Amino acid sequence: MIKQNLLALQIVIPLIAAPLCILLRRRALVWGFAVLVCWLTFGISVVLLRQVLETGLVSYEMGGWAAPWGIEYRADPLSAFVLLFVSGIGAIVLSSAGLKDTALDEIPVSRQYLFFTLYLLCLTGLLGITITGDLFNVFVFLEISALSSYGLIGLGGRRQALPAAFQYLVMGTIGATFILIGIGLMYMMTGTLNMADMAERLVMADGGRTALVAFGFLTVGIGIKMALFPLHIWLPNAYAYAPSLVTAFLAATATKVSVYILLRFVFSVFGVTFAFETLGLGGVLMFLSLLGIFVASTVAIFQTNIKRMLAYSSVAQIGYMVLGISFASTTGLVAGIVHLFNHALIKGGLFMAMGCVMLRLKSVDIEDMAGIGRKMPFTMAAWAVGGLGLIGIPATAGFISKWYLIRAALEQNWWIVAVMVLISSLLAVIYVWRVIETAFFKEPSARAREAREAPLSMLLPTWVLVGATLFFGVMTSTSAGVAGRAAEVLLRVIP
Amino acid sequence: MDNVFGLYNYWVVIFLMMTGFYIVISQRNLIKKVIGLNIFQTSVFLLYITIGKVEGGTAPIVSEGFNVYTNPLPSVLILTAIVVGVATTSVALALIVRIREAYETIEEDEILAQEKLT
Repeated sequence: MIKQNLLALQIVIPLIAAPLCILLRRRALVWGFAVLVCWLTFGISVVLLRQVLETGLVSYEMGGWAAPWGIEYRADPLSAFVLLFVSGIGAIVLSSAGLKDTALDEIPVSRQYLFFTLYLLCLTGLLGITITGDLFNVFVFLEISALSSYGLIGLGGRRQALPAAFQYLVMGTIGATFILIGIGLMYMMTGTLNMADMAERLVMADGGRTALVAFGFLTVGIGIKMALFPLHIWLPNAYAYAPSLVTAFLAATATKVSVYILLRFVFSVFGVTFAFETLGLGGVLMFLSLLGIFVASTVAIFQTNIKRMLAYSSVAQIGYMVLGISFASTTGLVAGIVHLFNHALIKGGLFMAMGCVMLRLKSVDIEDMAGIGRKMPFTMAAWAVGGLGLIGIPATAGFISKWYLIRAALEQNWWIVAVMVLISSLLAVIYVWRVIETAFFKEPSARAREAREAPLSMLLPTWVLVGATLFFGVMTSTSAGVAGRAAEVLLRVIP
Repeated sequence: MDNVFGLYNYWVVIFLMMTGFYIVISQRNLIKKVIGLNIFQTSVFLLYITIGKVEGGTAPIVSEGFNVYTNPLPSVLILTAIVVGVATTSVALALIVRIREAYETIEEDEILAQEKLT
């Protein structure tokens, strides 16, 4: 019985657990409960992925209503893969919130139980977007995750968090409303909200101008949500001033899920032919992503707040994912999808390390971080490994992404793009090295002298994430294998 | 003429949409931004309801003598979207209250000016 309802449980468990957190209140109690729920969710997604890899597709009819009318939950290799790493990172990051002396201390004690509620709600929203096969449901879950993340960012200790959350709210709402308009226009054309059903009807409908407008609204709306350059302006402040745990969670999952929505809409609903051959989406995406990679990487070099620097680096990394998608080839899609996964691990690990730094230094400015490597060797070693992954050094996960990306570019004789990917990696070398040099080779700052190593409850999750980037940098067949399956399914939907 | 009067609702939708969008972009006062956001969202509600209208259809309640009904689904969808809109507005207003407490202003320019100094 549980096996048949796995898809529903994946969403229902964190959704019901979220309000229960308010009742529990006591920090240790609510933490234990939330962590348990997160790991349970992760367990379900592991079972789901195994089922999907065996059968190819798992589908569930909400409330027993058959597919085109009722809301359908469906997991194919892509969604199961995204579910897996979103719930996994959610569980790992929350585990570090531990009992005492952790990054959770950035949030006032009186509001800590609200953090757990919002966190679980945000997780529900992100998982829901990924699992649903219904277009309107995507919008609803999008707003669940977005509204809770505004709240999470607003929990930040410094007052700058508030305008940052407000700016994110305005941009995010505009993006979500654009997506709503797009969904409405598509419903107008086809009279259905089920994705698979709509894909069939769109081919027959020949939407003409309405399809064009719907596609435009959807692409721009999703572009805002995933912080595609130049629609990224909400991201750096939101990530820089949010509590460290929130940044680690959102940076690793929220934008990735938005990239997932883009993949879903472009490949599963509209189809490759319409998007890439009729409209030339590939050229636009390639131009914007390359521009984004170079501009954001360059801006990152000049940041003094390291969380802000990593946020700009995130904008650049989104560029790599979109660049992979813009090739619309199997190798390109594998590059994009595998980078979703790899970057989630890398950024999750890096921001967790920043959480350790914030805990001990009460600052993430590069000046204060001088010499911190001697006092906090394990934290900064984790940062260094994550940074190497960001650059794409062989034997780290980042290398796999770049390898596929360059192969995809060369396959289509875009050798200029391949060269640009390599050059842009050099920019990453500059901003990563700047931090490593300051942390390990400079005289300790006043704050660094008083610092000591972060507690094990924070270090362990950080190293799990960083270790995973090394593991998946060597054992490529696992992550790239699943990404390959996902890419094949995406391209086969409408030949 | 059909383009003007036949598509009357759509013209209103586009006018409201652009009005709301313009207010969000141009106004520096945070409350006014929220109002603009509301107008922007409301225009989309109107769009959905217009999509649902079937010419000559009655209210979607089964009864004798009527064969054509208006599509109820978009109205139901928009009920959900209205709830989302209300939630967004309340979160935005709550944030503005806290911004007012922290900065003693709700003008974007003045907030930015304070950030430059500190």
